[in-house]
Amino acid sequence: MTDAVLDIRDLHVALPAWSDRRHAVKGVSLTVNPREILCIVGESGSGKSMMGKAVMGLLPAPHVHADRGQILFEGRDLLTLGAEAMRAIRGGRIAMIFQEPMTALNPLMPVGRQIDEVLEVHTDLDAPARAARVRALIEDVHLPDPDRMMRSYPHQLSGGQRQRIVIAMALALEPALIIADEPTTALDVTTQAQILHLIKELQRKHGTSVLFITHDFGVVAEIADRVAVMRQGEVVEKGPASEVLVTPQHTYTQALVAAVPGLNPRNRPAEVTPPLLEIRNLVRTYRLGGGLFSRGAREVKAVQSVSLSIPKGSSLALVGESGSGKTTMAKCVIGLERPDSGDILLDGKPMTGIGRAQMRAFRRDVQMVFQDPFASLNPRQKVGEIIAMGPVIWGTPRAQALEEARELLRLVGLQPEAADRYPHEFSGGQRQRIGIARALAVKPKLVVADEPVSALDVSVQKQVLELLDDLRKQFGLSMLFITHDLRVAATVCEEIAILQRGVIVEQGSTAEIFANPQHAYTQSLLDAVPGRDWISSLPAA
Amino acid sequence: MKNASIGSYILRRLLQTIPVILGVVVVNFLLLQLAPGDLATVIAGEAGGATPEYIAELRARFGQDQPLFVQLLNYMGNLLTFDLGYSFRQSAPVLDLLLDRLGPTLLLMGTTLVVSLSLGILLGLLAALWVKTWKDHLISVTAVLLYATPLFWVGLMLVLVFAVKLDWFPTSGMENVVAFHEGWDRVWDIAHHLILPTVTLSVFYLALYARLMRASMLEQRGLDYVTTARAKGLTDAQITRRHVFRNALLPVVTMAGVQTGSLLGGSVVVEAVFAWPGLGQLAYQSLFARDYNLLLGIFFLSAILVVVVNLVVDIIYVILDPRIRLG
Repeated sequence: MTDAVLDIRDLHVALPAWSDRRHAVKGVSLTVNPREILCIVGESGSGKSMMGKAVMGLLPAPHVHADRGQILFEGRDLLTLGAEAMRAIRGGRIAMIFQEPMTALNPLMPVGRQIDEVLEVHTDLDAPARAARVRALIEDVHLPDPDRMMRSYPHQLSGGQRQRIVIAMALALEPALIIADEPTTALDVTTQAQILHLIKELQRKHGTSVLFITHDFGVVAEIADRVAVMRQGEVVEKGPASEVLVTPQHTYTQALVAAVPGLNPRNRPAEVTPPLLEIRNLVRTYRLGGGLFSRGAREVKAVQSVSLSIPKGSSLALVGESGSGKTTMAKCVIGLERPDSGDILLDGKPMTGIGRAQMRAFRRDVQMVFQDPFASLNPRQKVGEIIAMGPVIWGTPRAQALEEARELLRLVGLQPEAADRYPHEFSGGQRQRIGIARALAVKPKLVVADEPVSALDVSVQKQVLELLDDLRKQFGLSMLFITHDLRVAATVCEEIAILQRGVIVEQGSTAEIFANPQHAYTQSLLDAVPGRDWISSLPAA
Repeated sequence: MKNASIGSYILRRLLQTIPVILGVVVVNFLLLQLAPGDLATVIAGEAGGATPEYIAELRARFGQDQPLFVQLLNYMGNLLTFDLGYSFRQSAPVLDLLLDRLGPTLLLMGTTLVVSLSLGILLGLLAALWVKTWKDHLISVTAVLLYATPLFWVGLMLVLVFAVKLDWFPTSGMENVVAFHEGWDRVWDIAHHLILPTVTLSVFYLALYARLMRASMLEQRGLDYVTTARAKGLTDAQITRRHVFRNALLPVVTMAGVQTGSLLGGSVVVEAVFAWPGLGQLAYQSLFARDYNLLLGIFFLSAILVVVVNLVVDIIYVILDPRIRLG
């Protein structure tokens, strides 16, 4: 096809000599047609981001470089273009949207000026003309109060708002091609739905082509015209979205599709058990800026009178977006945070209003699995020691604790030899397994899991969720599962509580909530699930 | 609105300095009481011996015969009226002596701060731009050497080479007192005298800031917003100037604020080596003369100086970094 906007032919991206494989991208040929959204799907390490960077000429030179193939764009091979010509294309003819809206903007520069820079570099417009264009762009991405927005700094905006700014920046010069590298992965479900909708709307309006990189087939179903599936630097399957999504040919594609959490809620177990954890009228308010000499401190009501109970052996999902107070709840339950009022009872015994020494007894019964598998393990400690530390503190002899740690590693699906290695030698999913083993080592009654899979690829997510489920049955654990993703909640929990701005707006069995959501907010969360129609159309696994 | 909040921020910070300065006054006073010997014994010693009665009389004259807490309260009461006491040694009010010496010290500190910060930032910036080339290595190795060289040795070597051997600069003092220069001639004369002390005091801080700036630049250059800037089509020079530089500056400004206190300490050595008529030299003399009133006054003034410089740094920080909340 000669009229393609982007024509990648036999692209090879070489990795430095010390890495574990020779090429990040191996012989990829792809085309992006005018007015088309091409999704590249793959797990981390599949080379999909390297492809995007190669097109933009942003590969981390000189270690990583394209050593074979062509990238044809508007009749020119981008790989042979000089630095000056490439710069004219970057931001002008090809623009990019990044994954992390939190870090993608310069924290010290007003966002209006950051959009303005694109115009300043690529056009001859004078300042008033540019300001008018920036204002129009901000309106285009549906941000409120454009004049105030232009003068705002990134830290004053939410993640979704920042991503809109990045999109406005990308659209500034009506580029022929936009490369979007996981632009919604770091966002809440409802924000993700809005941003996907926005990208699609603007793509139609401006007739832009989009190269959209993602790991989530749900997102693909939402946005793609055509799909290319990548694994270990190679394209294993490509075709129209309607075909690849419905009848995936390659086994790898089939596995990725199967990994998308379904919307089939779990049923409540028949037997009724007494509650393990009871939360009554919990209130936690943060006071900001309360210094010695300052007046007028600001109050943030993180949790306002929340009541919950989790029966023994059951699991409850606390679903909410960032800022809903779900993490504050978790901190109160594990005793890291003191509630202002209200009671937390574990097995009928109060955990609130007691001293430090009495609190210690509960530490063993309640354990936490953290969100970030990279930051939550001590990098200087061997995995075995990380896991054995809890039992050793509670009096288990060291040798026995280390032996048990090996057993736990086997249980979470790792080799017992992993005990002698350090955390950085493991992938994100493996580290999360280690985190789970660590939490289980002291034989807790309740596990609090704070977004345990949101940092993981969809396919790894599935494995970790299945593991949590298995272990829960095996150990008879109760679980408080905190997530922003209803799909994930439905997979692992019998009950769901929906939290919005510190208040539970709806609570009930997963099946009931999915069948008949009462609250408008629950409905909007359900609607926001990416690829909802497609998922419902899939045959239940 | 932003101006109003900066105003109230400064006011609040000024109020917060009061307990700090009070604490410094009390601790200084008590610390000096722990030091062996007092003015009376020194005067007696210099006179070649004295009767116990004479020493007791001297002590009574200096108010040293009263209980410790009475002395402390007296001292603090006097401070409230800016009465820093009388230096019996120099036969002059402490305040007059301090004000006399404050100017030269501020001049030396100010030029050192400007020279070390501007050159340090410039060298760090250049090293980061030329990273892993011989120019970067040259700057980095020189910085480590300067960082590791003792202050007094640098001072003595500079005097030996540039003042004694080459005779380019005067060896000591702040101006040529017998020449009676006026107007611009005097300014040039003082500037001429200022060069060697400033260079001596600057090298350490210059090396420190250069190293910090280089590391900070390299760190910032790897961050996501720089990739965004590249994706916009900006040139490397534009990226460095508009985005990386200001972000990289923040840790250097923080460090400069922290180091001001030690800059004052360093000036004691430099003023002694170059006979610079500043507070440091005065502190050095009064310490050996057991002139505690004067010493306390110097400590008091130094504390105020450090507090004020830190306040200025914090205000600069607020202007540089919009993320600092004033509320």
